[in-house]
Amino acid sequence: MELGSSDKTKATFSLADEDHTLANSVRFALNQDPRVTFCGYSIPHPSDARVNIRVQTTGDPAKEVLKDALQDLMGMSQHVRATFDKAVVDFKTSEPVKP
Amino acid sequence: MSRVTASDLPDVPKGQLPQHLELQRTRVLCGSDAPTHTETIQYSGAYASIGVDNSLRLEQFCKKFRVEVIRLTEDDMEFDMIGIDPSIANAFRRILIAELPTMAIEKVLIANNTSVIQDEVLAHRLGLVPIKVDPRLFEFMSENDTPNEKNTIVFKLHVQCKRGGPRITVKTDELKWLPNGGEFPIATLNHTSNPSSRPKTNTFFTHSQDSLPEFSNNPIASVHQDIIIAKLGPGQEIELEAHAVKGIGKTHAKWSSVSTAWYRMLPDVVLLQEVEDEKAEELVKKCPVNVFDIEDIGNGKKRAIVAKPRACTLCRECIRGEGWEKRVALRRVKDHFIFTIESTGALPPDVLFTEAVKILEEKCERVITELS
Repeated sequence: MELGSSDKTKATFSLADEDHTLANSVRFALNQDPRVTFCGYSIPHPSDARVNIRVQTTGDPAKEVLKDALQDLMGMSQHVRATFDKAVVDFKTSEPVKP
Repeated sequence: MSRVTASDLPDVPKGQLPQHLELQRTRVLCGSDAPTHTETIQYSGAYASIGVDNSLRLEQFCKKFRVEVIRLTEDDMEFDMIGIDPSIANAFRRILIAELPTMAIEKVLIANNTSVIQDEVLAHRLGLVPIKVDPRLFEFMSENDTPNEKNTIVFKLHVQCKRGGPRITVKTDELKWLPNGGEFPIATLNHTSNPSSRPKTNTFFTHSQDSLPEFSNNPIASVHQDIIIAKLGPGQEIELEAHAVKGIGKTHAKWSSVSTAWYRMLPDVVLLQEVEDEKAEELVKKCPVNVFDIEDIGNGKKRAIVAKPRACTLCRECIRGEGWEKRVALRRVKDHFIFTIESTGALPPDVLFTEAVKILEEKCERVITELS
């Protein structure tokens, strides 16, 4: 759900069923993007699983910037998974198998 | 006199931060009262005024990121993740604890319980028993679903302590797996049902679970066979049927697939001045985990060196006392995490971490589709 005025460069996205796990990671990914002037997240009430993410950009529509940040985060996770799997396989082949 | 900016001075490398700023950016300085510079400077334009690009895009991340496995056994593992931000490392930790699904006993149908353990306490204890089965082979069960072989595992517990015999301890090896589903018949009003047909039970298994290749030779059981469930005195009996379903740790901690998962930042212990002779001996004796060691530099003189910085627990003993803060600097590297995962036994820890990363990817994808 996106809430913003007619100005497409500033918006607040309200995500249901999310908490710090995704919101903090998305906020980190957004911060890395040079098009972002402001980003942050808040949890209006701890009993509701709802997160508000605010994005303000230098001209690009906020929705696109958020989608790019999420794609970046997915790319990072896939890279983490690939690197981890390779490291585990390397470790298992280099260590003698314990009985 | 022309003005010269700090980044144009001859001793500062172009495109990089001056040393003291680089230290602030990459290290947490742990003083005797509190740590400083704890936040990661993530804002991509943070150093724009001195012409340094702080953004970390995907390609740079992929180049810098490394994983080193230190220890890997069936139950736990320790590995290093280098080049990642604390928010993502924390996301993995949170997912490992709360959002990785597992099977655990949820419904307990008690036919007979004459022991001193109350019904609800017994059911609670059974729920906490870890079950050694791959949760990916099962589906989640919602409220409208009927319990069938794809979403439920049925166990039976029937123990009796004979009168005149000794007291017995009921351990998890008494929990027997029923691959054909529940056995307790549902009481129906219609008594004219065909006696040769199978009586209706609480579960609707269409075929036996041990026809699946994963279970045909290894029956589903608890991870440890010697967990005490109850104790019975003479004449007491417990007869029950337990249904295990898939769930996540957020709903109840019994469904957490790790006994715990944690991370710490790599300690970086630096000697700011030369520490010699008696001061060196004193320093080595002070540290309870032997981070420092003595090195002989000839002429009978001794010097302290940092031998095992990784073992530092940040007890701050080495900077307690007069003048020690000038000699020893305790720091943590902001993007190097030492992750430890202890599994409950259902899945090995490396599989757990891979599944956790997959769940983060799924969350991102869900939000992307919602936004489009």
